[in-house]
Amino acid sequence: MPRRKDVKKVLVIGSGPIIIGQAAEFDYAGTQACQALKDDNIEVVLINSNPATIMTDTAIADKVYIEPLHIEILKKIIIDEKPDSILPTLGGQTGLNLAMEIAESGFLDEHNVRLLGTAVSAIKMAEDRQAFKDTMLSIDEPCIASKVVNNIEDAAAFAEEIDYPVIVRPAYTLGGTGGGIVNNKKELYEIGSNGLRLSRVNQVLIEKCISGWKEIEYEVMRDCKGNVITVCNMENIDPVGVHTGDSIVVAPSQTLSDKEYQMLRTASLKIISKLGIEGGCNVQFALNPISFEYAVIEVNPRVSRSSALASKATGYPIAKVATKIAIGYGLDEIMNAVTGKTFACFEPTLDYVVVKIPKWPFDKFVNAERTLGTQMKATGEVMAISCSFEAALMKAIRSLELNIFTLEQELLKKLSDEEIFRMLTDINDSRVFVVAEALRRNVSIAKICEITTIDEFFINKLNNLVMMEEELKTITIDNINSEVISKAKKLGFTDGTIAHFSGLEKKKVTEKRKSYGINISYKMVDTCAAEFEAVTPYYYSTFDDKSEVKMTDNEKVIVIGSGPIRIGQGIEFDYCSVHSVWALKEEGYETIIANNNPETVSTDFDTADRLYFEPLTEEDVLSIIEAEKPKGAIVQFGGQTAIKLTKCLNDNNIKIFGTEAKYVDAAEDRKKFDKILEDVNIPRPKGTTVYTKDEAIKVANDLEYPVLVRPSYVLGGQGMEIAYSDNDIIEFMEIINRVKQEHPILVDKYMMGKEIEVDAICDGDEILIPGIMEHIERAGVHSGDSISVYPTQTLSQSVKDTIVDYTRKLAKALHVVGLVNVQYVLCNEIIYVIEVNPRSSRTIPYISKVTGIPMVDIATKIMMGKKLSDFTFGTGLFKESEYVSVKVPVFSFEKLHDVDTTLGPEMKSTGEVLGIAKTFADALYKGITASGIKLPEYGGGILMTVRDHDKLELLPLAEDFEKLGFELYATGKTAKLLNSHGIATNAVKKIDEGSPNILDLIQSGKISLVVNTPTRGRKPETDGFKIRRKSVEIQIPCMTSLDTVRAIISCLKLGKKVKDLDIVNLDVFK
Amino acid sequence: MKAFLALEDGTVFKGNSFGAEGEVIGEIVFNTGMTGYQEVLTDPSYCGQIVTMTYPLIGNYGVNIDDFESSKPQIKGFIVREMCETPSNFRSNGTLNDYLKQNMIIGIEGIDTRELTKRLRDFGTMKGIISTNSDFELKDKIDDIKSYEIKNPVMKVTTKEVQHFEGKGLKVALLDYGLKRNITRSLLKRDCDVYVFPGYASANEILAINPDGVMLSNGPGDPKDCDFAIRTIRELQGKVPIFGICLGHQLAALANGADTKKLKYGHRGCNHPVKDLKKDRTYITSQNHGYAIVLSSLDEKKMEASHLNMNDNTVEGVRYKNIPMFTVQFHPEASPGPADTAYLFDEFIETMNNFKNKQQLGDLQNA
Repeated sequence: MPRRKDVKKVLVIGSGPIIIGQAAEFDYAGTQACQALKDDNIEVVLINSNPATIMTDTAIADKVYIEPLHIEILKKIIIDEKPDSILPTLGGQTGLNLAMEIAESGFLDEHNVRLLGTAVSAIKMAEDRQAFKDTMLSIDEPCIASKVVNNIEDAAAFAEEIDYPVIVRPAYTLGGTGGGIVNNKKELYEIGSNGLRLSRVNQVLIEKCISGWKEIEYEVMRDCKGNVITVCNMENIDPVGVHTGDSIVVAPSQTLSDKEYQMLRTASLKIISKLGIEGGCNVQFALNPISFEYAVIEVNPRVSRSSALASKATGYPIAKVATKIAIGYGLDEIMNAVTGKTFACFEPTLDYVVVKIPKWPFDKFVNAERTLGTQMKATGEVMAISCSFEAALMKAIRSLELNIFTLEQELLKKLSDEEIFRMLTDINDSRVFVVAEALRRNVSIAKICEITTIDEFFINKLNNLVMMEEELKTITIDNINSEVISKAKKLGFTDGTIAHFSGLEKKKVTEKRKSYGINISYKMVDTCAAEFEAVTPYYYSTFDDKSEVKMTDNEKVIVIGSGPIRIGQGIEFDYCSVHSVWALKEEGYETIIANNNPETVSTDFDTADRLYFEPLTEEDVLSIIEAEKPKGAIVQFGGQTAIKLTKCLNDNNIKIFGTEAKYVDAAEDRKKFDKILEDVNIPRPKGTTVYTKDEAIKVANDLEYPVLVRPSYVLGGQGMEIAYSDNDIIEFMEIINRVKQEHPILVDKYMMGKEIEVDAICDGDEILIPGIMEHIERAGVHSGDSISVYPTQTLSQSVKDTIVDYTRKLAKALHVVGLVNVQYVLCNEIIYVIEVNPRSSRTIPYISKVTGIPMVDIATKIMMGKKLSDFTFGTGLFKESEYVSVKVPVFSFEKLHDVDTTLGPEMKSTGEVLGIAKTFADALYKGITASGIKLPEYGGGILMTVRDHDKLELLPLAEDFEKLGFELYATGKTAKLLNSHGIATNAVKKIDEGSPNILDLIQSGKISLVVNTPTRGRKPETDGFKIRRKSVEIQIPCMTSLDTVRAIISCLKLGKKVKDLDIVNLDVFK
Repeated sequence: MKAFLALEDGTVFKGNSFGAEGEVIGEIVFNTGMTGYQEVLTDPSYCGQIVTMTYPLIGNYGVNIDDFESSKPQIKGFIVREMCETPSNFRSNGTLNDYLKQNMIIGIEGIDTRELTKRLRDFGTMKGIISTNSDFELKDKIDDIKSYEIKNPVMKVTTKEVQHFEGKGLKVALLDYGLKRNITRSLLKRDCDVYVFPGYASANEILAINPDGVMLSNGPGDPKDCDFAIRTIRELQGKVPIFGICLGHQLAALANGADTKKLKYGHRGCNHPVKDLKKDRTYITSQNHGYAIVLSSLDEKKMEASHLNMNDNTVEGVRYKNIPMFTVQFHPEASPGPADTAYLFDEFIETMNNFKNKQQLGDLQNA
């Protein structure tokens, strides 16, 4: 069936900001969707609030709206743009929910807009728990004993009936937000009540717990003719009970015989056919490990994180094919782009093993509860491919960038046998390492299987790795031989780790290995296990005799990607990597990209000419370079992941395009950088580097508190804290030193003032600054967590001039070629430099979009030899836009229990949104709305509890709230102060003052905004911590900076509703 | 123990021995299924062939007593990248290694099976040898390899006597050219009363049981070597409904004047898309064949292609025009592979019922 002729203009809904449970995979899916539509000459209108995405590029869609994903905004876009169709299933749960909301409102029918792909009724059948269960029963597909309830009493009654433990699953939430396994009535009341509140329809499912069963997923496609195929299946190493997003996953399944494989495959096809899905769909099963009994866990009637993983694991572009299906094509009419010969109507077959490991934020949130369950906690993931499970696992482990290269963890080595044995029962991020340690301590495989319920197959594989480690420990320069090295390499040990275990020098290991003729080889991912020749393949490394890399004579450049999405290094760096590749292609280079993140556009097989799906450690990257022999490498765009390879590449005589290695180092090296600042006469906050706790205390006292403490060479302000006392220093240094530090620790005077940020392009002589951004929150809040405004609203011309001048001087002094990001603080009318990063920054995509200057493209071309004068944007500060753009951070605190929500120097946000409008106030309002903050409504309660030195600053804010008609609440001293200033405030009891206290008040529902500025101390037992967490749990906005509160008030003063806002498309910046 | 795999083009791979020791020559073919090695090992269609699996981890779920497709391994040798010594599955009764050892099948592991597959893809199916002799030299064996032929494989694998599997429903004569057990199971599941005949059985012997239908099974080798079967089919067709699978499909075509050819490297795996032209639906099928019917040789008056392979447009099914006979190249009985086309067995049942009703009606009218 050829495509529907009546589809001419399609509105694609994106997934909004990156949050836990919804990450870069939807940029990948959305970008593919837009491209697939454009391929068919369909006009594409895009809405997404996330400016860091590739899909919001004007090159990807015809009209791009970076606007809040809000029904009123969507209506306006539909009225203005008059699309004939909406593609709702590519924007994650967020996009799907929004599409369902507008469909249910009747608006689409009124405006003759249809939803493409799967019908609304089918989506409802898949998403509504009861409807889904009924459907499954009607086709004899077993579900787990469960019941949908709308109140906690019914939940408890059903739990009694089917026996604890039970699982609570809220309906219509993403990443299983608000769910969990409960073992008794008390836990049920706690988690169940919360789940009910979080569900959009006030509905939770109480379900029999079948932990210990295998969790198996199938990615399924269906077209409108009824053709159905499975793209691949995946087996979770963690049995049922751990969210699949938090599980280590292997593709294809390893422990299923053909009978089980086909049984579940047939069930998947039956389910997708019954539901009438038209597009991609994910089906999750629980499989009893000792019988053929299985149960359908859930179905996602849309592309998902798993489908992105399946796409990358197999080479089958699910999102693209789903889009083609949505516009009417049959699977038998869509070509397989990888082979160029076969059709999308086939099932990929793998001749390798894929392992995915989630990337959790626990290295950053040291106090977070690390237990894994039904609520996802990972921010991103890595994928690795190899010919053995062991090698794939080892590659995935080193791709996590945790400074861990094997199954060995120093921390675990120190623990007693009893402690290790006890830890086997813990289900958390270190489970595989604990299992490996237990194997080292001679705990039997059977015992480990019994305790962990992980399949014996996988425990045996871990044991192979542990035994290999032991064997390597016996190697000396005298007995080293080809067999042991070959075996180790095939199991995924790097030369570095062989050296580590054997005690030999790494150089010696490499030398020996090469002398044995054991060399790295690269094999292709081709969807068909070599049955057909592939045209757009990608590579993974193995240690075989034959490599499939075809040498070409073209000039090649390798772009190093940014690895897994994590707090501080998100999708924006993928945006940069992809743009760099595109720019290189325009310049006529053959492009190579190395990355390991399956969620991204950069790892799409048709982004670069060649893709290497590999870890980004020094050894892995050097091997790729050795195989490809590119002209040089680009490291500026892959965040810290790439930039930290600078020295190694330079030492190995590999050309680095752009700013030279020594200057990259100079920007990070305290002494060298201070010297540069002195030379160009730019002030910076006083400070120095230290190595020990005692040094740090001495320096802090010399500088006078407060001081900023942080490790060097980190991203997102990781480990950065403001210390107000010796005790703070002692605490921070202990945390910082938990990870072995290769570089010194920085201690600086903390300057409280306005933070200003600049991204510039420098060609070695001239600079171009697209725009200056100012932050709403004062210095001390990490720039990634601050609301950022472009163009600046409060800076005088002279300040701007100084900033341009300083930026030029710094860029020239550091011999920047490419991008540079500079952060300043304006304190008592003096501008200080806080930080200079000679690389791409988080703000690049956003500032590129709102100034119309494609920064990465220009920077890449400059790195390859062009000058700013070759472009049309001039030099110096580019003219300011007449539109105001406000970037607002988005957090995922509700997913991470025990994480303090206080804003500080360490970044905590997972994503961002952008509000664009003619006025600052409107843009801010849009940004706040897009970020998901529910603004308090007239008459609502505002609870204020602030530290002493903020109290005076609070007065005018409280007065504003009062004037706006809010009911004010505050604790003891604050209430007294406000009342004494004539601001009527209800006094509330503190937590230890008996009931009803401040927590009861928050719980009561009377409060719609909490203002809490934290006192010192990061311990979870403080009142402030409890107040903040309580607010997060019941989804009340909680502001921890008075600057943010001021911004909120200005939105409230505006007195507008979302429907009063004008929409803006990115064409205005052209 | 070290082992060698050598191909007739001179390529030698070194690996490790598993299963039995010794030396074996065969035609080397690759199978792209990610599961189902046990079914592959015991599928009689592999008679005379050495099979390599493209999926690298083989033996993960061991070997169990339920998943055999015949009474013993039928392949000549087995080539894998990594053989699993510690299988894990609730039905596993032992390791793949032990099973092959017990059945005297030579295996080799540690082979770059992707490279091997690419060679077979680029040069076509080749003959080769697996040897565990430590002083193996290809030049000593090359003549043996080149002269190797699979001769009359059907006669080697077919049953020697009629077997009866009782059922309450339609009576089916199942001709065993190298029958996979799941064809029998698929008929029994539909209540058929199944008589399995040797592949060389005569039409008279078959018609003597007064069957409601005849099923032509899969089997090994070149269909043109099976004159006896082609003759029998000619005699049977029109008299009873016939459903043929794989070799049975090719034989039926030859019986009706069509031609067959050897494919460069065949179709062996679980992911082959086949279009049912009448339904305009594409199904994923299980396949194992090295020969195919030549599309242009189909006599339009007598028959038409009912199914085509989406990858290479080869004939995957034939429907005969004036007689109740239809055949498919792929394996609707699955095992291993997808069961998406199991509906063909239901169509066969329907065909037999219709034929029976018509005949009864005819008998009534005649009476």
